[in-house]
Amino acid sequence: MQISEAWLREYVNPAISTEQLVEQLTMAGLEVDSVTPAAAAFSGVVVGEVIAMQPHPDADRLRICQVAVGESEPLQIICGASNVRLGLKIPAALIGAVLPGDFKIKKSKLRGEESFGMLCSEKELGLAADANGLMELATDAPVGVDIRDYLSLNDNIIEVDLTPNRADCLSVEGLAREVAVLNQMDWSITQVEKSAVNHADTLTVSVKATDACPRYLGRLLKDVNVKAETPLWMRERLRRSGIRSLSAVVDVTNYVLIELGQPLHAFDAAKLSGSINVRYANTDESVALLNGQTIKLDNETLIIADDKQALALAGIMGGSESAVTDETQNVFLECAFFSPLSIAGRARNYGLHTDSSHRFERGVDPSLQERAIERATQLIIDIAGGSVGAITDATTAATLPQRVAVLLRKLRLEKTLGIDLADEQVVDIFQRLGMSVQTQSDGWSVTPPGCRFDIAIEADLIEEIARIVGYNKLPSSSLLMRSELGKATEALLDLDRVKDLLVDRGFQEAITYSFVDEQIQQAIAPDDDLIRLKNPISADLSVMRTTLWCGLLKAALHNTNRQQNRVRFFESGLRFVNKGDHTQQQRMLSGLALGSAYSEQWGIATRKVDFFDIKADVQAMVALTGAEVEFIPAKHPALHPGQTAEILSPQGEKIGWLGMLHPTLEKQLGFDTQVFLFELDQDLLLSKQIPKFKPLSKYPSVRRDIALIVKEEVAVSAIINCIKDCDEPTLQDIVIFDIYRGKGVEEGSKSVALSLIIQDFSQTLTDSGIDAIFSGLLETLTTKISAKLRD
Amino acid sequence: MSATLEEILAQALHQLRDAQDLNQLDLVRVHYLGKKGLFTLQMKELGALDPDQRRSAGQVINHAKDQFQQKLEAKKELLQNAALEARLASEGIDVTLPGRGQTVAGLHPVTTTLRRISKIFASVGFQVVEGPEIEDDYHNFEALNIPAHHPARAMHDTFYFDAHTVLRTHTSPVQIRVMESEKPPLKVIAPGRVYRCDSDITHTPMFHQVEGFLVDTDVSFADLKGVVYEFLRAFFEKDIQVRFRPSYFPFTEPSAEVDIECVMCCGKGCRVCSHTGWLEVMGCGMIHPEVFKAVNIDSEIYSGFAFGMGVERLAMLRYGINDLRLFFENDLKFLEQFN
Repeated sequence: MQISEAWLREYVNPAISTEQLVEQLTMAGLEVDSVTPAAAAFSGVVVGEVIAMQPHPDADRLRICQVAVGESEPLQIICGASNVRLGLKIPAALIGAVLPGDFKIKKSKLRGEESFGMLCSEKELGLAADANGLMELATDAPVGVDIRDYLSLNDNIIEVDLTPNRADCLSVEGLAREVAVLNQMDWSITQVEKSAVNHADTLTVSVKATDACPRYLGRLLKDVNVKAETPLWMRERLRRSGIRSLSAVVDVTNYVLIELGQPLHAFDAAKLSGSINVRYANTDESVALLNGQTIKLDNETLIIADDKQALALAGIMGGSESAVTDETQNVFLECAFFSPLSIAGRARNYGLHTDSSHRFERGVDPSLQERAIERATQLIIDIAGGSVGAITDATTAATLPQRVAVLLRKLRLEKTLGIDLADEQVVDIFQRLGMSVQTQSDGWSVTPPGCRFDIAIEADLIEEIARIVGYNKLPSSSLLMRSELGKATEALLDLDRVKDLLVDRGFQEAITYSFVDEQIQQAIAPDDDLIRLKNPISADLSVMRTTLWCGLLKAALHNTNRQQNRVRFFESGLRFVNKGDHTQQQRMLSGLALGSAYSEQWGIATRKVDFFDIKADVQAMVALTGAEVEFIPAKHPALHPGQTAEILSPQGEKIGWLGMLHPTLEKQLGFDTQVFLFELDQDLLLSKQIPKFKPLSKYPSVRRDIALIVKEEVAVSAIINCIKDCDEPTLQDIVIFDIYRGKGVEEGSKSVALSLIIQDFSQTLTDSGIDAIFSGLLETLTTKISAKLRD
Repeated sequence: MSATLEEILAQALHQLRDAQDLNQLDLVRVHYLGKKGLFTLQMKELGALDPDQRRSAGQVINHAKDQFQQKLEAKKELLQNAALEARLASEGIDVTLPGRGQTVAGLHPVTTTLRRISKIFASVGFQVVEGPEIEDDYHNFEALNIPAHHPARAMHDTFYFDAHTVLRTHTSPVQIRVMESEKPPLKVIAPGRVYRCDSDITHTPMFHQVEGFLVDTDVSFADLKGVVYEFLRAFFEKDIQVRFRPSYFPFTEPSAEVDIECVMCCGKGCRVCSHTGWLEVMGCGMIHPEVFKAVNIDSEIYSGFAFGMGVERLAMLRYGINDLRLFFENDLKFLEQFN
């Protein structure tokens, strides 16, 4: 909400600067967003009057004017504006004047005739974006007075960003009340006089939705001159409030809106048939709005209708068919109280947001309507004439919001804020805020005024006291709290530890959006359900990721497109997967690597990162938990069918995936190098074995190397599992140290060299004992996986 | 006997002097002291002498042998030292060449900031809790005293899946989830991703918040002020100016917005603080009785405060980052600056 500082100061004028006033408002919770001058800087412009005028001898469109500017002699000024005429009062820029845009006025000659100044339009003074001719001043404008003084242009526009609870400050009066409280001053309320009724016609008003519309006041004004010009002072105040002047009647309703905070609507009475009905719309109805939009209504929308059709969206926007036009003679003025709940959300549903809906959904003072309709009547009659009808009042007292007394306990106030306040100060603050206070034995019973919709419980009253005293004057205490000893859960590895490990192994942490491009998501995980946002910000952020790879691949591309040829990323975060009727939100840890295995350096031959580099990274993470996992050859739609492993826990739980991006996807996404990916379920990954001590053997260990020839399709893990399954008690460790194919090994087979470390707990192993163990192992290997010892 | 002992010794010493390396020296040693060495032969010849002669002659031979041996040892040490010197000289490297191996990367600045925030609060016993990002309307709004159609909902540009399911717009629902399942006293911080349907120079549709709250008997606004002051000073590692402004959040009452003195211009006024000298860094307040009611905590016995802050904003102020969007582009040139 924006208002003119000068207008505000007419109600309450504390002896403080603009900066201090702004600071005061901000620190009271009415945050000032900006302060801008009401007019651009200019000088040397006074009220002038055209006292003589003759045509320019050499130019048809120019006039030679004699302009009184309050000096002994009038000035000769050449003017080309179409509306220049004898007796017109206008802003006259004198020689030496500086207009907005640093435009200096000098003595000049126009087609041979001298000109000692310039007559100005609103545009030239920076008061409007456009102008059609000279700015016309009131006939009583005092000649010679500086135009800045005459128009009170030495004013500021203060823009206040009000929180939704402070609807009471959406008006000049509301802000004035607040400023008065903050400065402990009185303020002067707008004086409104009841207009005398001078015709007997009224319209019947029938309110069916009494819950939604507890009060509806209507009044018929006849023979209004809708073409009357809105006075300059009102136009200026509206302009400074950010409202464009339209026509006298509409301007008055907007003026009262800003002045008192009450939205009003004016109908062309001639367009109304029968009575005024306030009701919920039928689903087959629609209404053409003032903004040119026609909307289909639903039965939760409150409307104003006549006997034939819907006329307006109650409290939101009027309709175009019943609007006041240049032809309007009789005006039906509406001034209602619509309950916040009946308006809240309605405007947004239709994509509308108006000054009126903004106020009604936050709460308009339910006791304000009579004063507001009288104020509007008075202004319309003053400006546009007409005769006044009686007010039709359709009030349902039972549904009007009631302000109930709220109890504030002194002890609670002091305990919450941590201060002692004098009783008189508390009472004074409440009274200045317009609340009625009754002192009780342990505190106060406080009834808020009609304009305050935000005072319902004790805490609300405590906030009011805190706000007016000033948050920064309240004490601050150091942290004294009950503490318990912290936890150190050992069965759960800290994610931070794993992240640090990845960082140390050269992975940069990325954070990518949780919603991704549907196409990438479909390409990478075609089997997963799409979880679509109803209102995505854009098409490329429209579905929830079922794998973190979507974002990591996009981030990698961002970098490869910027001359980065080595990218290593990891990310931790949720993936979203539909499981039956609910969406699982799984914490994942994922990574990506492309380009060379090591950053370019001397002494290491450059080679591309491969499966086993990334597998080592995954194994390093797993090693932190002490768990033994299995890497099983598997298929994943996003990965190379020959270079994919699914990672299983010893209990067979699926921890995640590791593999090379499928070459088709690699090309489709725009990579020109192989990309390796992993994704792990954090909850499964991070469960940690608590170490359990095993005694050490006193006897020496023995290492024996063997080379086994097996068929190509026998996985090394099968060999290792086969050995482990023998449950040989002396076996301590198995190390694979070479894989060989070629001369000496027949086609379709491979030689796997491994060393076994064995150690006994009760004796030193003898050669014959060792031989016996090995022949036993070999026998099993031969039987189960047809392994042969290589000669 | 072809040569006298003196001649042998003189020749031996001469050969010792001429030896160039340890190999030659060893040949010399064998030539004189080996099984068939010249000194050895001399000793063997003693057997032919009578016992008296044998003793004196033996002494003479031993003396000469000792002399040779001493010189031999000295020469050996000399040659060993020379050999070591030569080896060391040949093994010199250019120590200014870079080391080899895997390079270390870094954490995202949001993570670094979150870790610092968590560390500060963990040091006084706050527990870190996470919550779901797809939230139901009840936890994101209703239980936080934001009923349907409440104007405050307009302040949250919410992403919807259906009428009852949203992407959480703040981390405050974690407050509800914790209070539903645990009893006071509670000291919790809840970091995480939040989502708003808004995207421009100063907004990204996803960002991070840290929610913090404390519930106990006799918690006051003064305690809230104290914690916030101490936190901000610890975070910025500076005795920074802090101010509290009344504000409005449906789930706290009284509510406050916290400003710090602009860290860019030290409060003098600059573009970053819109020439006000102040920067808004968090919202906070005393937990609203309606919120306590929703989780069955008696607000007559317990009171508490809650606060929420934007992590990217704090990171931007801490590191002088001038564009929010950089956080989610994941450009290595940006990320590596925080390694």
